[in-house]
Amino acid sequence: MAELKLLTKDIDKKDLHKLSVYETTGGYGSLKKLFEKKPEEVVEMVKASGLRGRGGAGFPAGLKWSFLAKDVFPRYLCCNADESEPGTCKDRLLLEKTPHLLIEGMIICAYACLIETGYIYFRGEFQHASDLMDEALEEARAKNYLGKNIMGSGFDFDIHTHLGAGAYICGEESALLNSLEGRRGEPRLKPPFPAVEGLYSKPTVINNVETLCAVPYIINEGPEKYASFGTEKSKGSKLVSVSGHVKKPGNYEIEMGTTVRELIYDLAGGIRDDNKLKAYIPGGSSTPMLPADLVDTPFDYESLAAAGSMLGSGALIVIDDQVNIVESTLRLASFYKHESCGKCTPCREGTRWMWQLLDGIHQGEGTDQQVDKLVDICDNISFKSFCPLGDAAVGPVASSIKHFREDYEALLKKNAEGAA
Amino acid sequence: MFEFSSANQKRIPEILAKYPNTQSALLPLLTLAQRQEGYVAPQAMVEIGRILKLSPGYVQSVASFYTMYHMHPTGKYIILFCINISCQLNGADELLEHTAKKLNIKVGETTEDKKFTLHREECLAACSNAPMMRINDTYHEDLTKEKIDKILDSLD
Repeated sequence: MAELKLLTKDIDKKDLHKLSVYETTGGYGSLKKLFEKKPEEVVEMVKASGLRGRGGAGFPAGLKWSFLAKDVFPRYLCCNADESEPGTCKDRLLLEKTPHLLIEGMIICAYACLIETGYIYFRGEFQHASDLMDEALEEARAKNYLGKNIMGSGFDFDIHTHLGAGAYICGEESALLNSLEGRRGEPRLKPPFPAVEGLYSKPTVINNVETLCAVPYIINEGPEKYASFGTEKSKGSKLVSVSGHVKKPGNYEIEMGTTVRELIYDLAGGIRDDNKLKAYIPGGSSTPMLPADLVDTPFDYESLAAAGSMLGSGALIVIDDQVNIVESTLRLASFYKHESCGKCTPCREGTRWMWQLLDGIHQGEGTDQQVDKLVDICDNISFKSFCPLGDAAVGPVASSIKHFREDYEALLKKNAEGAA
Repeated sequence: MFEFSSANQKRIPEILAKYPNTQSALLPLLTLAQRQEGYVAPQAMVEIGRILKLSPGYVQSVASFYTMYHMHPTGKYIILFCINISCQLNGADELLEHTAKKLNIKVGETTEDKKFTLHREECLAACSNAPMMRINDTYHEDLTKEKIDKILDSLD
């Protein structure tokens, strides 16, 4: 099976990050078509394409754009480049290899939504990507793809880069806005949603890097063409970061609905040392892990949800049969304990407590009741936390017990034997 | 006493010009101060507060939220070693131990010559090239013990 390269067609081309090279691939070609259309027509095109948010939530992009509060200006566009979900490294690829594709996508979004200022919020560690983007923005301004009266269209738009400083929570859109405003990156109560009161309390569109990068294709080739790929409700292509125990880890752009088996065995070369697959995490560390017998699940929003997980950010972490799942789960529990922002009690206390219990079990001090206690804590964090981070922390823990309780039991048994 | 260097002084208006609201420049200025001094000193927070009309206490409350700001002097090279899941599955724990041993420090410490500071780090978005570490601004990926030795030996 092959990849479906709609966004990454030319990604290996030398110096694609330079405007002159990007233009030879047809780059910025969508803008001429764009300015022939009315903004609302562009929103309808994106709606018709079926494009959904690629950051994790999977919300329809065109619908998001249409929710902006009417007649309130200025409006802002924030591109979420805070890629921090463990397992995910696809946005970094796009940012470093093809920054102009993102700029082109942001121009389209801004035109459609009547926005004059855009920000790209990079995670603090993406200094290199941010420097490359600053160069790309300068090139785009020099050619009047950005700035005043873009290509004689009468439309003004500019983009600025902004670096965070290390906080997973800033990938949550309202925390990102707080961080961009110079505050602690704690999430805001919703509603009001950012489309009504976002950055500086103005209507704001927030989209992931990959979402915005998919937009030029939709304008160039038409929404029907984009929607012809994928499944009934999951349209187009998806970049999947494959990591863990595979022979050829990497970022693969697949048609939605490709099976996990094809991703692991055809594209990523199979399991290292020809071991057996034990588990996989399909959508980044917060999405529930699934056992090997669900390897034929199609990689799309609906199928992964039906299997008990989520597509998330599209980060497939592959775990072979040499691993005790408690070890991987403990590592993720430690991560969420570290990243909980502390604003709400269920998440702040719950993530710490889960980590303590897991650490105890791992160190040989566990009991069967403690595994039940973990399940109980999961139930008390889920849907009771202020923002999705609490639910994210529950994903790996609850699913590891659901599918791999025998790994916990093996550790408990070992402990009991050790004590006797 | 903390002062931005003259080159950095010139950058401040450029940074402020990006935003309609001066407070948005808080993270960029903290980063600028850290790049100049290697860490964010209390006096730097006072100075940034003066520029942005924020109290030093408020500046500190924001700075302390973000893990990339160092509140104390660090080594010349800050090694952030990823130990999150994709790197863990590919042997990061052993490589981190190797690195600490080679530098003769514990994780979280700085070498006596103030050259290296070693930290355990969460995911840095290089998962399909695990294991990895970041030294200052540079990502080093697909690490092995040999590769780590070579990288560390090559730094002055």
